[in-house]
Amino acid sequence: MSAATEPSGGRFRGLRVAVGDPRRQVRIVAALIVVTIVYAFLYNDLRQGALKPLFETLPFPSVNTLIIMCYYAILALGLNIVVGFAGLLDLGYVAFYVFGAYTTAFLASPLHDIHMPWWIVVWIAVMVAALAGVLLGAPTLRLRGDYLAIVTLGFGEILPDLARNLGEIDLSFIGGPKDFNLTAGPIGVNPIDPPIIPIPDFIGSALGGLGIDVGDALVFSNLNPVASFYLILVLLLIVFGVCVRLRDSRLGRAWMAIREDETAAASMGIDTVSTKLLAFGLGASFSGFTGAFFGAYSTAIFPDSFSFAVSISILIMIVLGGMGSLRGAVVGAFAIRYLSDELLPYLGGFVDEPVRSVGSALPEIPILTQRLEAFTLTSYNFLLYGVILILMMLYRPEGLLPVATRKAELHGEGVAAESTFGTADEVAEAATAYEASIHDLEAGTPGALSPDSDDERRSGP
Amino acid sequence: MKVVAWLGRHRGATLAALVIVAALVAFRSSVPIWGGCTNNLNICANVITIGLFQGMIVALIAIGYTLVYGILQLINFANGDVFMLGTVITLIGVRVAGLDDDSPVVSILLTFAILLPLTMLITAGLNAGIEAAVYRPLRRAPTLATLITAIGMSFILQNVGLLLNGPSPVSLPTLLPKDNIIGPGGLFELGAIELKTSHLFVSAITLPLLAGLIWFVRNTRQGKAMRATSQDREAAGLMGIDVNRTISLTFLLAGALAGGAGVVVALYLGTAYWFFGTPFGLLAFTAAVFGGIGNLAGATIGGVFLGILISLNAYYLDTRWQDVIVFSILILVLVLRPTGLLAEKASERA
Repeated sequence: MSAATEPSGGRFRGLRVAVGDPRRQVRIVAALIVVTIVYAFLYNDLRQGALKPLFETLPFPSVNTLIIMCYYAILALGLNIVVGFAGLLDLGYVAFYVFGAYTTAFLASPLHDIHMPWWIVVWIAVMVAALAGVLLGAPTLRLRGDYLAIVTLGFGEILPDLARNLGEIDLSFIGGPKDFNLTAGPIGVNPIDPPIIPIPDFIGSALGGLGIDVGDALVFSNLNPVASFYLILVLLLIVFGVCVRLRDSRLGRAWMAIREDETAAASMGIDTVSTKLLAFGLGASFSGFTGAFFGAYSTAIFPDSFSFAVSISILIMIVLGGMGSLRGAVVGAFAIRYLSDELLPYLGGFVDEPVRSVGSALPEIPILTQRLEAFTLTSYNFLLYGVILILMMLYRPEGLLPVATRKAELHGEGVAAESTFGTADEVAEAATAYEASIHDLEAGTPGALSPDSDDERRSGP
Repeated sequence: MKVVAWLGRHRGATLAALVIVAALVAFRSSVPIWGGCTNNLNICANVITIGLFQGMIVALIAIGYTLVYGILQLINFANGDVFMLGTVITLIGVRVAGLDDDSPVVSILLTFAILLPLTMLITAGLNAGIEAAVYRPLRRAPTLATLITAIGMSFILQNVGLLLNGPSPVSLPTLLPKDNIIGPGGLFELGAIELKTSHLFVSAITLPLLAGLIWFVRNTRQGKAMRATSQDREAAGLMGIDVNRTISLTFLLAGALAGGAGVVVALYLGTAYWFFGTPFGLLAFTAAVFGGIGNLAGATIGGVFLGILISLNAYYLDTRWQDVIVFSILILVLVLRPTGLLAEKASERA
């Protein structure tokens, strides 16, 4: 599946590398992208025009949902670097999202009366988030897996809290005001300047002559979802390409080596500390990037939109798609967002009423009857998330679109089928021969540990 | 002399401690909590006493985390939500029994004599059932897989709570009398301390449970099996301990304590809420880490410490800073001393 093993050259090499799979799949993905672009462009016309009955009966995603799907895909790709590539469980990924969103809010809103163009702000947000990732990671990354998870969870809880609480800071002790407003507190920052591309007059008038009114600027806000969708789609493609290049780079292989065995990786000459920090910093920068887009696109941010639930839902996306799998992260993000934004409300339309009437029909049970009568499927979103997490861990821990090596590892098959050492069968054969020779050696050595007890010890928890 | 030698070996730490103490004395009024506390020691003592009782509840939940972590090295996220279901079951029990503000004391006591064991039984069974159904198949899976499963379980339990209890906090009738036992109108006065009947109730349930559990783990044969299993699961198995049964027992105990804490909180705060699991669970987990995870006495002391801290924070600062303070402590302890403040030397797990 690795793009690096393919022969180079060809007109679409860049694109193929970016998608990471053979030409046929690239064509399918490209076709899908084109279809989505056209769909988004025609969405309003289709919904209210020719296909109105179809749109009313089937859960077609709205352009807003498509945008949410795309930026969650970027978040999932970023978290995938930390969790999937480097194997560091981060339960507070939303912390860096806060950094990105609030950097944007500080630099492009009336809050502090700074109005920088988004195209510059976004890079500052990325850098701030990456720096935050490195600073928070430096003291914590030496912790073992589950402790790291808890520390990151702590950061994820503290940062939205700070955003909520730093609306009035008493700076009188350094001679400042008594209620300095840094983050606007629980009411959030509203409005934030959206990304804008000014349209020169001659283009505007030329298009105006063709009967298309574009105004004097292209604004990428939620009032103009189609343009925003194209922007986020381009960003997603860029991020995906970056992720593919990272995965196949020296750094990417170092991350995976650390994930598999940190001690072995260190003894191979990998600087584990800086490599892990880079994973944290890069993962954080993706989150900052999305935060900057989210703040500017929705033109308002609230501390409450950065909850633990966001961190977990991103984690669910990569667990569903397959940890370490780029396609998996994107597909997982699309699936989860589509599910909770479109499919659940749609299904709720069918399920809610029958459940409510069952509740009224049943004999009175204290509390439960009342709850059933007010049943709404969408409030049980997280029940679904929980079930997905558990079922995936129990029955398909490698995810829906796994990376070959991980699948093999989790199901105790041979080494990766596309290994440079030959096919899986050849490798397995060689391994059996090797093991046999070891058995012979140990059988002939008096006093050696029996191979069984040795295995037991190694496979322990 | 030993003290002097110890201080000599830790010159840096001693110096830092002296500087901190000097700063606390010099800038007393501008240090939050400390300043308020030293201004009126009487009120401060009252705030701390109330915190002590909150801390006992936190300790009950914290022990659930520490027991399970000790034996499986699993942060059982679902433990907080088992506790939450305890509050919801209590609410349902109170409704079914038809208690209200004016119910006679006898019927309240009778209801609780039934409700407390019943709730503990249900949550214990639930916790052990969760272990058997989802954690046991993952016994050999990587730690992170089990951790993610625990998060998933936590979501499922939250939604059960949501289904049973609705989206907003539900109030219980006031069942615990608010009379003072110590303080104005009580038996006697002790400074500004005001102890109410509800506090007595909290300690009457939590203290026996805490003491009973610690006694059980230290002195019974099953407790010994639990300690052995947490030290080395395979060796314990080789010694003839039924490891699966011991783990089930651990989850039973953790669930029972969480259920007990649920009953206490439902009555003490007079509320049941489907989202209680997360804040209380994280508070309790922090307490467990603070005292050295895997250490029962540590979890108890950590719980009491955090209870006092959040009480001081609520009085002198603002409850909105509670999470920031609790999580900062959690992060600092994990980074600086991951074995906890009362780490057992033998369990160098971190």
